[in-house]
Parts: sequence; structure tokens; C-alpha cells
Amino acid sequence: MNNKILKITTITIFIIIFIVFYKALQDTNIYTPKKKSNNEIPLFSAQLFNSNKQISSTELFKLDKFYLLNIWSSWCVPCRTEHSLLMDLTKNNEIEIIGLNYKDKKRNAENFLNELGNPYKKIIFDKEGINAIEWGAFGVPESFLINNGIVIKKYIGPLNKELVEEIKLLIK
Amino acid sequence: MKILKLFFIIFFIISSSNLEANMDDMKIKITKNLRCLICQGQSVYDSDSEFANSMKVLVDKKLNEGLSENQIYDYFKEKYGEWILYDPTLNKNTYILWLLPILIFLIGGAIVAKNFKLKG
Repeated sequence: MNNKILKITTITIFIIIFIVFYKALQDTNIYTPKKKSNNEIPLFSAQLFNSNKQISSTELFKLDKFYLLNIWSSWCVPCRTEHSLLMDLTKNNEIEIIGLNYKDKKRNAENFLNELGNPYKKIIFDKEGINAIEWGAFGVPESFLINNGIVIKKYIGPLNKELVEEIKLLIK
Repeated sequence: MKILKLFFIIFFIISSSNLEANMDDMKIKITKNLRCLICQGQSVYDSDSEFANSMKVLVDKKLNEGLSENQIYDYFKEKYGEWILYDPTLNKNTYILWLLPILIFLIGGAIVAKNFKLKG
């Protein structure tokens, strides 16, 4: 009787361990964040790029309008590749692009915009990178599609033509 | 009177440096428990990536604002999820992780105890 209980418990333990390991090994080691968020935008106050004025999130993002918050930096190479797509998106009146300049030198950022154009209605100057963390960002570039104070979709990494088409469809 | 003044100055210096040391210890403890976003095998404390450095600045800021350790963890959890913590709390996703070792230890202990009894 005792032996039977021992056998059953040993087998059960092995089965549990097997399931746990099997499930864990199926998962990828690299964490991939959720892209659909439907989270409210964070409440924050940030410095504007063109002036030393502080601006709050409620002033920046009005309700009943679409916004694309784009985290960029002049030292970020993929930001260059997506920049022309952002310029193209400015032709669309349904959406306003807000820039978040991440840990950059002002002069370099200005040169970047002079060279490639400025698609941003307003730019937040995030010198210490705190604002990007407040947004829950994972890297540069990263973009957040916002409507009614809610992040509808998060784009990690540079935007491409397909993603810009998707944005255009979403804001229609 | 002079001695009293001197005593107060020394006391103030010691207590303020103590407070700073405590803050630093807390900052180290918190950043060691936060996962780096870029190099995911490292803690924020060990990493020197741009995002890890930003997180260090933010932890410092939150500590100065008077937030407790758990409040800071909650803040980062809200932004990035439970994943950001190296030491996850007990919840429906992590209960196996927490309870399985205890369960195995108890069952193993019971088996060993029973075998000893049988031999005895």
C-alpha cells in the first residue's frame, strides 16, 4: 500500500516537473512586449524642445484627435530610415505627430531635423530619458498611436510602409 | 554653548550622511531587482545601456519624492508588467514557481521520514 502511494507521488511529481519544464522551454527567452495596449496615456509634465516651457500631457494630447507619439534621437540609425515615412504621414490631416527626443544633444537633433525635415507638431525634449520610461518604452525608435487619451497601438522599432498603411487605416 | 553647537553640527552631518547612505542602499537594492530592457539577462544595476541609466535616474527621483520600495516596483510593474521584476510577487501566474519547491521539499521530507521510521 505504502509502496503504491510512493510510486504515485513520485510519478505525479515527475509529471508536474515535466509540464513546468516543457511549458517553460516552449516560451522564448526574449521577452516580447504586448503591442496592443489600450492603456491610458501617462500623466506627465515635460520640457518642450523649442523652448524651456514645461507642458503637461493633457495640454499635449487633446481628446477626439489621433496622435502618433514618436520616440526618436539623432544618434539612432533606424530613426533615419523611418523619418521619410513620418514626413509622408504629415500629409494626413487626421493625425498629429508628436516627437519625443530621447537623450540627445540639442544641436545634433536640430541638424537631424534640418537635414531630413520636421514632421513633428511639438517635440518633447527628454534629456534624461525619464519621459520614455514613463511611456513604458523599450527602445528607440518607438511609436504610440493615441486616440481619446488611450494608446491604441504600440509600434516597437522603426515604422515601415506596411505599418504606416495600417496607421492610415486605423485613423480613417 | 560652543560645544553644544559643535555637537549639533556633527550630529547633523552624521545623520544626513546616514540618510544618504540609506537612500543609496535602497537605490542599489531596487535597481538590482529591476530587469534591464535592452540586455535582458542583466539587472538595471549591472547594465550601462541608455534605458538602464534612465531607469536609475527615475528610481532616484522616485526615492527623493518619498516613494517606498514597493511603490516603485508597482510603478514599473504598471509600465512594463511583472516581467520587469527579478523577484516576482505571488499571484496566479507565479504560484507554481513559489509553491512547487515547497511542495517537493515537503513530499521529499515525508518520504525520507517514512523510510527512516520503517528502518527504525
